[in-house]
Amino acid sequence: MKIHEYQAKAILARYGVPVPRGEVANTLPEAVEAARTLLANGATGIVVKAQIHAGGRGKGGGVKVARTLADAETHAKNILGMQLVTHQTGPAGQKVQRLLIEETAAIDRELYLGIVLDRAIGKYVFMASQAGGMEIEEVAAKDPNAIVREIIDPAIGLGAYQGRKLAFALGLKPTQINQAVAFFQSLYKAFVESDASLIEINPFITTTDDKLFALDAKMTFDDNALFRHPEVKALRDVAEEDPLEVEASKYSLNYIKLDGSIACMVNGAGLAMATMDIIQYAGGSPANFLDVGGGATQEQIEHAFEILLSDKNVRAIFINIFGGILRVDRLATGVVAAARNLSVTIPIVLRLEGTNVEEGRKILQESGLNFQVGATMKEAADLVVAAAKA
Amino acid sequence: MSVLVDKNTRLIVQGITGKEGTFHAKGAAEYGTQVVGGVTPGKGGTTHEGWPVFNTVAEAVEKTGANATVIFVPPPFAADAILEAEDAGLPLIVCITEGIPTLDMVRVWSKIKTSSSRLIGPNCPGVISPGKAKIGIMPARIHKEGTVGIVSKSGTLTYEAVHQLTQRGIGQSTAIGIGGDPIIGTTHIDALRLLNEDPDTEAIIMIGEIGGSAEEAAAAYVKQHVKKPVVGFIAGQTAPPGRRMGHAGAIISGGQGTAAEKMKAMSEAGIHVVVSPADIGAKLAEVIGKA
Ligand SMILES: Nc1ncnc2c1ncn2[C@@H]1O[C@H](COP(=O)(O)OP(=O)(O)OP(=O)(O)O)[C@@H](O)[C@H]1O
Ligand SMILES: [Mg+2]
Repeated sequence: MKIHEYQAKAILARYGVPVPRGEVANTLPEAVEAARTLLANGATGIVVKAQIHAGGRGKGGGVKVARTLADAETHAKNILGMQLVTHQTGPAGQKVQRLLIEETAAIDRELYLGIVLDRAIGKYVFMASQAGGMEIEEVAAKDPNAIVREIIDPAIGLGAYQGRKLAFALGLKPTQINQAVAFFQSLYKAFVESDASLIEINPFITTTDDKLFALDAKMTFDDNALFRHPEVKALRDVAEEDPLEVEASKYSLNYIKLDGSIACMVNGAGLAMATMDIIQYAGGSPANFLDVGGGATQEQIEHAFEILLSDKNVRAIFINIFGGILRVDRLATGVVAAARNLSVTIPIVLRLEGTNVEEGRKILQESGLNFQVGATMKEAADLVVAAAKA
Repeated sequence: MSVLVDKNTRLIVQGITGKEGTFHAKGAAEYGTQVVGGVTPGKGGTTHEGWPVFNTVAEAVEKTGANATVIFVPPPFAADAILEAEDAGLPLIVCITEGIPTLDMVRVWSKIKTSSSRLIGPNCPGVISPGKAKIGIMPARIHKEGTVGIVSKSGTLTYEAVHQLTQRGIGQSTAIGIGGDPIIGTTHIDALRLLNEDPDTEAIIMIGEIGGSAEEAAAAYVKQHVKKPVVGFIAGQTAPPGRRMGHAGAIISGGQGTAAEKMKAMSEAGIHVVVSPADIGAKLAEVIGKA
């Protein structure tokens, strides 16, 4: 699960990570008020920052510095409500519904910090780089040696010596080393205690008076661990997510919207991905990923249909089920009922295999509804691609 | 022969009194697996469906001589269940549970990695040696005894591959579902090594998916060590970057973990990579001369 920068900074601040003073604003008056307060309390400038879940906000025009209250207001007015387009949002952009109004920092150097899982070794890794502001993937591609990595022993945590290694590698001054070690250890503590899956501080800055700050903060959380962090779960902003995906998540359906014309409904994540692949291989384009899981109920199937049908690009539906525990006859009954209740008119192609498959096919045939059944996955894929083009 | 599970497997079920545990304990026993008991803390001393139930894994091992366990414990407690099985010295631990927090698995892994116990999963369908025994949730009846080994991150795609083989009259030695999480006990390489060293496995199907770099590492291993024919498929060729495709580990991040990269590495290693999931069985039949 993703959260906004202002939320990440609030979490980090609780762990003692220094962040600039700032306030979230949902409206223009709130933004102006926040800026006024900061300026009255010694801020020398104001940064107006768009709060969206995608990265690349600065380059897209979503981060602006102001020296006066009037300028801050102008920036806030321009950014709030804009469709912010970045390399991560796609061409349509993401609507800015919130701003972070923050005091400016007197930046000396911009550096990079990150904590991620290294899957190959099964451990978390603390990364640091002098190339702050740049995207870490870019740095990694250009000059992998520019990134220093400390592998964290889960039983020990980030050792002070590791913090010093990182700090010296970043070229920090002797007077900044102890501050930096405390900073890094707090960051790791925040990571572990909130079950994060990613933290990025880009930039991590030093100031002209030798202080350290997290000037930007990105935190992503492990969905599997949200059950033990209700406070994190409460930070979810559904306005940032695709409405159909939000709807699907209400019924525990694993749905991801894509932009093709053939909807798919599949049991199992691997088969669901493979179904998208075979649609493309057959000359079509998948409209979504949907894993209904091993124990899909009729109610879930109905909701799944509703979601697939509310995607206006969809021209045909491909149901690909390999019934192991899920019995094919029960699934077929569910599909027939759902198609009737929702009076589905677009073509539905099914490929069914597994337990009670004969009974399942019979139920479909006798339903009088317009189903096409492919004998194999390939045949079904060809049928659905043809149906979508017809 | 076969790997990991056979007629000598003596299986206990952690979480045997739960709905899933009960259902799949019966399924395993019906298939011929020696299921010797189960563990549910607090229900020790009782019997469940005829099996003795113990409070701890250690006690279950001591009383039944178990040499394998399958875990059907809910996600918040599953990591602890793995550690308990490891502590009891069980050589084979199969964890079916989906949804274990990554942090829990980081801690488990730091223990399991140097242990003599082998962990399969989590978030996997389990392991089956057709005609001999099964540990897990796979539909047994689609399998056929034979000589093709299978390793796969995905449950349903394993069934798909098995089905395509069985329909062609080609049997399987062992099918290993290694699981779709970012941290798993047995990776593609480990499973390939087992199948490569198994004298009764003649050919191998390797199914991967987007995310991580385990397939690339496995490809390098195949290139160096595997003389048996290997057929490969990678799911997620059309998956968008930055999105988790159902499995916790199935995500392309920072341009890494794409299907294209994996397929390239596998092809270069001499693996027969198919682009369509419908061609897995046909390709295998072709490379072993049974097309
Ligand atoms: N409080 C601040 N004081 C001074 N400069 C700032 C402040 N916040 C941001 N900046 C400047 O703006 C740049 C971009 O800000 P930031 O890193 O928060 O956004 P971004 O990286 O473009 O967004 P994203 O995280 O979406 O990629 C920083 O590198 C820094 O130079
Ligand atoms: Mg940034």
